[in-house]
Order: sequence, then structure tokens, then C-alpha cells
Amino acid sequence: MAYTAEKPPLTESSDDLRARIPGWGVDLDPADRPSVPRERFDPALSGAHWDFPERQPEKWPRERSIEHKFLTPVFGTSCPPRGVSGMMRKYAYKRFSEGRAAHWLILIAADRVDALGSHLRSFLTSRPDNPITETGLLSEFSHRGMSSRVGKKRADLVHQPLDAIIVGVPWVLAGRVAYGGVKGVVKVVGRSRRR
Amino acid sequence: MRAMVYRGAYKIRVEEKDIPPIEHPNDAIVRVTLAAICGSDLHLYHGMMPDTRIGMTFGHEFIGVVEKVGSSVQNLKPGDRVMVPFNVFCGSCYFCARGLYSNCHNVNPNATAVGGIYGYSHTCGGYDGGQSEFVRVPFADVGPSLIPEWMDDEDAVLLTDALATGYFGAQLGDIVEGDVVVVFGAGPVGLFAAKSAWLMGAGRVIVIDHLEYRLEKARTFAHAETYNFAEYDDIVVHMKRITDHLGTDVAIDAVGAEADGNFLQHVAAAKLKLQGGSPVALNWAIDSVRKGGTVSVIGAYGPIFSAVKFGDALNKGLTLRMNQCPVKRQWPRLFEHVRNGHLKPSDIVTHRFPLEDIAEAYYIFSAKLDGCIKPLIVPNAA
Repeated sequence: MAYTAEKPPLTESSDDLRARIPGWGVDLDPADRPSVPRERFDPALSGAHWDFPERQPEKWPRERSIEHKFLTPVFGTSCPPRGVSGMMRKYAYKRFSEGRAAHWLILIAADRVDALGSHLRSFLTSRPDNPITETGLLSEFSHRGMSSRVGKKRADLVHQPLDAIIVGVPWVLAGRVAYGGVKGVVKVVGRSRRR
Repeated sequence: MRAMVYRGAYKIRVEEKDIPPIEHPNDAIVRVTLAAICGSDLHLYHGMMPDTRIGMTFGHEFIGVVEKVGSSVQNLKPGDRVMVPFNVFCGSCYFCARGLYSNCHNVNPNATAVGGIYGYSHTCGGYDGGQSEFVRVPFADVGPSLIPEWMDDEDAVLLTDALATGYFGAQLGDIVEGDVVVVFGAGPVGLFAAKSAWLMGAGRVIVIDHLEYRLEKARTFAHAETYNFAEYDDIVVHMKRITDHLGTDVAIDAVGAEADGNFLQHVAAAKLKLQGGSPVALNWAIDSVRKGGTVSVIGAYGPIFSAVKFGDALNKGLTLRMNQCPVKRQWPRLFEHVRNGHLKPSDIVTHRFPLEDIAEAYYIFSAKLDGCIKPLIVPNAA
């Protein structure tokens, strides 16, 4: 125990474990472990046949961390920045290093702005966002939602209801705003007819 | 092509997108035949990862068939069956030359702290992922490997991240014969870390979680001793009791950013996004390991600050080791372990969904319904 010199004895010997558990100890020797030591200098191992990769064409001004010397030779091209969220993202990259909380907090705020704008834009398309199908909520009924939780000692049950609030509140607020808007239009039209 | 698309926190759908073009001479376009949802995809799904843009396709665990290659590709040709590590890496930078493929400096303009990861936000490079029918694979001569004839597709897809990461996590623990190892988290990575700890000669492997069905898997698949932390007033005190008050030699955090067990920590991180991750499992690891022990962190955390008990780590003289797994470096040895039966990764697969049902797949995996441990995604074009 901790208060005396000897380590507490194990209940099973190495021979017992080797007999019980397939493969026990096959990587006992650190030389058999692929990430030991952590760094192994071997530039030929990867298969790269370049010292520095050829550069990928930059099709739009690609945002990058100011901790980089230059744009990396290869980069992802998913979802170029757009609209207000895009302006926020470009500002976060241009102004703040990765070491600054502002960099990340602006990016997270931009994510929310992006989501809101995309939801609103979706209502102008033939495929508006659908909170039922896009959340997969109906699998509560098809995949044992109740029995997966009831009677189980699960620590996540106390906060799972918050997920419904996070997803649902923006829709309730949007509905409230839409209702207010429609009500206002009806009122204005009614007034103009009475005149 | 059909592809999973992010529509905001907790919302995804399948949309029609253009098949990705060759953007660089060493690119390949791969037709995805099997993909998986990773626990770390849930951090994106829940809106926790900064710079996760609407319209992005997730998915960093996938295998497929080469459809097209760029002009400088030498090692692959159309028709090859390939498995693709979750890391995008160049093979030639300072870090890749030393085997640190997950820390590549030539693939992620958005951040210097992390390398490139398929389908994992712009913070990880802005690459679309493999939960789709086709995916762009940069550095085709460096990243992908041919799938051996004898290997099952489901084993192969789990080698692209989950198994490699769990195995890597056990290595970070510097386990010596007879060590007592505790693994926090009985998800796919935790199960593989526990199983791998035995390969490295652990004398006792303990797994902690709050989901009984996953603990059952830890007992049967990983031969582990298990405890449900929700049944104890203080799991750290229990860990001390069962180790004769010494603590464990090694503790592995295989949970990461959405750890449960402390309501305020979880809500601050996962719901309010006020910290990079809920460090409950990491703090338990720091508190449960013995003085002078090693904590291995393979659970994923975001780049923002987290409330980690660093003082205790200092005062206990701990070694903290962590990284994203350099997957391809693990493969030769893991191929041997899979071939000779020491590891059978597909034993943890519980669900298989067509791509069109991916919103349900995420919901079930996120809410931990129906005994879900590892869901796979089968694209229409498979």
C-alpha cells in the first residue's frame, strides 16, 4: 500500500494473465510499440517524393492562422466564408493568433451566426430546414428511447433535456417573430381597407 | 453525389453535392464504401468545435475504392481498395519526417496547433469528410494504404481511427509489466485502449463509465474490471480504495470534451461552449493515478481553455502524455494483431445505417440509445 514500500500484490500472475487473455504481453517490449520512441527521424518512411509539396491553387483568398509563415501548400476547400459569419471568421483569423481567446470566441460566435443565416435562407428554398428529420428525433420511438433510459443509472439524464431547449428555443423564437410579423401585416391591411 | 451535411448544432441532413475535384497533383478521389461515426464527431454535431461551417460534410473514419488520381500519384490507381487514416498529412514536413503524422505542418492553414483531419471543421483544415459517396484524399502516396485481402471491411474502417487511437493511448501510458491501468470511458476508443493495455503487459485493467451496456462490453470484449461512476458518491475515493490507496500506475482519458460526472463542467463545455471541453474524466485521471504515474489523454478537446486541475498534476509529479494518433504509424503492428486474432475490432460494431438515415444514426449515438457503441454508415454507392 501507499504507506509502506511494497506495491500491493496483483490477484493474477503474468502467467495467469497470459493464459486468460489473448495476446497478453505481446507488446511488452517497448521496441514492439510503433510510437516508441515518440519521434523517429526517417523522412523516407512516409512515401513522400518531394521535399516540399507542390502548391495547391488558391481559388479564393484562403483564411489562415497568423502563426503560419504562409498559406500551407495543401488545404481544405469546403465551405468558403460567406456573409456576416464569413466576415467574422476572416477578422478572427486576420487579427488574433490561436493563442488568443478572442480568436476562438469570435469563430464560435460566427458558427451561430452562420447557422441562423442558413436556417433563414433555407425557408426561401424548396427544402427548408426541418427540426424533426434533421435531428433524427423520431429514433426515440424506433430505437428504444424510453427503455434505454428508464431504470438506468446514467449520469447524462440530468442534462439531456437541455438539448431539447438548445434545439427548440430558436424555433419557438422564430415562430414568435413570424407570428408577430403576420399579425402586423394583417393589422396594416385591415386598417387600409377600413379607410 | 449524396453527402451528410451539417445544418447547425444537433442538425444534419443528406444533400446532393458535387463530386469533389482533384485540387492538387497528389490528390485521389475515393468512392466511400464504408464509414463510421466517431465519438469526436459528436463534438462537431453538438456545435462545440470552433469554425464548424454550415454545409460541411463530417467523417474521418472511412474506407473506399480509388475513383481517380492526380497526375503525380504513383502508389495508387483507380480500382484500388484503400483505407484512409483520419490524419491528412504531407509526409515531408519537420513533424512528418519524425513520425508525428498527426502534427503535420503543411495541411492546415487554419491552425498551427493541430494537423489536418477529414471532416473536422476548418480548425482542422476545412476538408470535407467521408460520410458521403465520394471524398477528396490529399497526399494519396502518403496517407492511404491498400486494404489487405484477408481483412474485413469493418475491421479496416475501425483501423482508420478508433483502434489505432486506443492502441496509441495505451502506448502513451508507458505501461510496464504488472501495471494497474484505469481507462476512463468505455466507448470504442476506451474499449480498444483497455484491450491494448493487456497487450503491453498490464497486470490489472479497470474501466470506468456510466453506461451499463458499455461496461458490460468492457468486461466481455476487453476483459476489464468495471465500475459505474454513477453508483458512487466519489469515484476517485473508490479508485483509491480498490488500489490500497496507492492509485493506479497509469490513467487513460478516453472520453474527452463531453465528459459526464459533473453537471456544471458538462453544461459549461457541451451546452454553453464556455470551455474547450468538460475535463471531468481528465481530472479524475489526474486524481486517480498514483504520484509519479502517467496520464495518457486521447479523448478529444477543443482549442479553448478548459478547467483542468493542473496543480494536482504538478504536485503529484505526473507525466502527462497526449496527442492525436499518428494512425499510419500504428498500422503495420496492428495489422499483425488483427491477423493473428489478438484484436478483432469489428466486435464492437453495434449498428449499421444507410447514409440516408444518418440523422437518426447521430441521434442514437449521441443519446446513447439502443445499446449503441459503434455505428457504421453505408453510402448508397458502396
